[in-house]
Amino acid sequence: MNTQIPALSVNKLTKTFDVSAPWLNRMIERRPKLFVEAVSDISFTVEKGTCFSIVGESGCGKSTVARLVTGLYETTSGDISFGKGAGGRPIRVQMIFQDPHSSLNPRWRVGDIIAEPIREMKLRDKETETQDRVRELLETVGLSADDALKFPHEFSGGQRQRISIARALASEPELLVCDEPTSALDVSVQAQILNLMRRLQKELGLTYLFISHDLSVVRHMSDNIAVMYLGKIVEKSAVEVLFTAPQHPYSKLLLATIPDIENPARRVEAQAGEPPSPLNPPSGCAFHPRCPLAMDICRQERPKLQDLSQECQVACHAVS
Amino acid sequence: MSSNLEPAKVQTRMQRFWDSDVWWSFKSHKSAVGAAIVLALVIITAFLAPVLSPQNPYDLAALELWNAELPPIWIEGGQMPFLLGTDVQGRDILSGILYGTRISIIIGIASVAVSLFVGIGLGLIAGYYGGWIDNVLMRIGDVLLSIPTVLVAILVSSVVQQFLPPAFREAGLAAVLVFAIAMYSWVQYARVVRAQTMVERRKEYVMASRLVGTPARRMMFNHILPNTLTPIFVAATLNFGLAILIEATLSFLGVGMPPNQPSLGTLIRVGNQYLFSGSWWIVLFPSIQLCILVVAVNMLGDWLRDALNPKLR
Repeated sequence: MNTQIPALSVNKLTKTFDVSAPWLNRMIERRPKLFVEAVSDISFTVEKGTCFSIVGESGCGKSTVARLVTGLYETTSGDISFGKGAGGRPIRVQMIFQDPHSSLNPRWRVGDIIAEPIREMKLRDKETETQDRVRELLETVGLSADDALKFPHEFSGGQRQRISIARALASEPELLVCDEPTSALDVSVQAQILNLMRRLQKELGLTYLFISHDLSVVRHMSDNIAVMYLGKIVEKSAVEVLFTAPQHPYSKLLLATIPDIENPARRVEAQAGEPPSPLNPPSGCAFHPRCPLAMDICRQERPKLQDLSQECQVACHAVS
Repeated sequence: MSSNLEPAKVQTRMQRFWDSDVWWSFKSHKSAVGAAIVLALVIITAFLAPVLSPQNPYDLAALELWNAELPPIWIEGGQMPFLLGTDVQGRDILSGILYGTRISIIIGIASVAVSLFVGIGLGLIAGYYGGWIDNVLMRIGDVLLSIPTVLVAILVSSVVQQFLPPAFREAGLAAVLVFAIAMYSWVQYARVVRAQTMVERRKEYVMASRLVGTPARRMMFNHILPNTLTPIFVAATLNFGLAILIEATLSFLGVGMPPNQPSLGTLIRVGNQYLFSGSWWIVLFPSIQLCILVVAVNMLGDWLRDALNPKLR
């Protein structure tokens, strides 16, 4: 599968949000402007036909990465470049969203929702061709062609997510950014959607950038994983390397939270604390207040991502 | 939304309406059905005024002074065809009411339409773009709302009337009134649309649409606007009643419709002067008509608000 052609490369990407109070309040209360660094200095490459996952707790900036890659947010610094797609044009990116209830306009028929990218991007000349394409897409994602005439509220969560996938596919993208596509679904439906996504990856040669907090989903889907903590990548590994031998203490903590079927009563070492506020991040390594291995240097110097082996990079003073 | 799908098996808009919760709720609300029937009667009789009324109150030649101040027909001295009596110039009260209601309703509808147009447009822009545009538009609205309604309307209608050339003054009166009322009431729609737009534009379907490069105008009208219409519909119904009342108030205060083109408010103002001379019918019947009209509209609006509110279902 590894053809070693990058579909997406992200280089030193940083995004800061201005979260200051309104101008008048700032003037009266004499408060400075406030910025949050949601994503700071992250780099990764996604090879064509593979699935790259980003995992982390909520608030660690993984959804921001997804929106930066699709262009919904402007980058503050760093760059995002895409490989060449079909016919030499730049790769097209589409996105699958988390909440199947808000990602489809409730007032539009499903057929119009799926046809929107085709109409907006003028991918088909004639209306009948657009209709044929919509039917084909509906069948590709396992719905019936007649569903085009229904409204989103007539479908279940899983079916809506299929519609969402069909809409994303309508613009013939090579790279799909999936922002927690299954976290709003129940487990049995999750498996169906994930299997559909894997099937589509094989059939259409798609590349995925997969955002999730669910480690078992990520393990099922991906080839490479980046673990994010407070806007930074702390570990970047091939999937089996991470799951068998996690290096960064935070990755270990994350993996320890996966329930173990064989040993339900195992002792989980409680590691206190929750992620610090990104408004006021800790000095040095952001993880040091929770880290069992924290040393003096961790409080002062931010660790860089370093190669441990060919398939594993870690940002930690204690490990590398 | 441009739906070019074949209409096979698709319900038409009408069929969907008959199947909808709203229609079901309407049927089971006696007060709503009653208000709708009354409102329909008032509107139909008003618009059929030229056919129904015994006299054309605008036609000065048809007025006979010896018919002046006749009481209603069931009182000693009442005469056919003046069912509800006549005013001091011999004008039939019933005819006056029918024509007056027509003017009131037209001004009500027109001012609601104008303020909807302005309010929805500015609300969408303020909510969609945010930032300083939003601030400027909303502060203008705040300023307008901080002045009492009637004052704004009096100000606008008297100032604008001064600037109109005399030839247009008579004909332009209704338009000035509509403008004066809309001037005030667009703010409400703009606020509702803005609030809803700010919610909708963060939803994922809007982002999905942005990803395929939908331009802002189409985004606002095809995606966001249809999802803000429910509260707007309720506000428009309630404001229709309010607009009729403001118009009546202005006419009553003498800055509205002139006596030769009387609206309900003008009729009440004119009749008010004869209340103490014993001709109570001149003021009473237009007032009753105004009450019926506004109460019916408000009852319908109240029902609509409950029916469209998902939290009360």
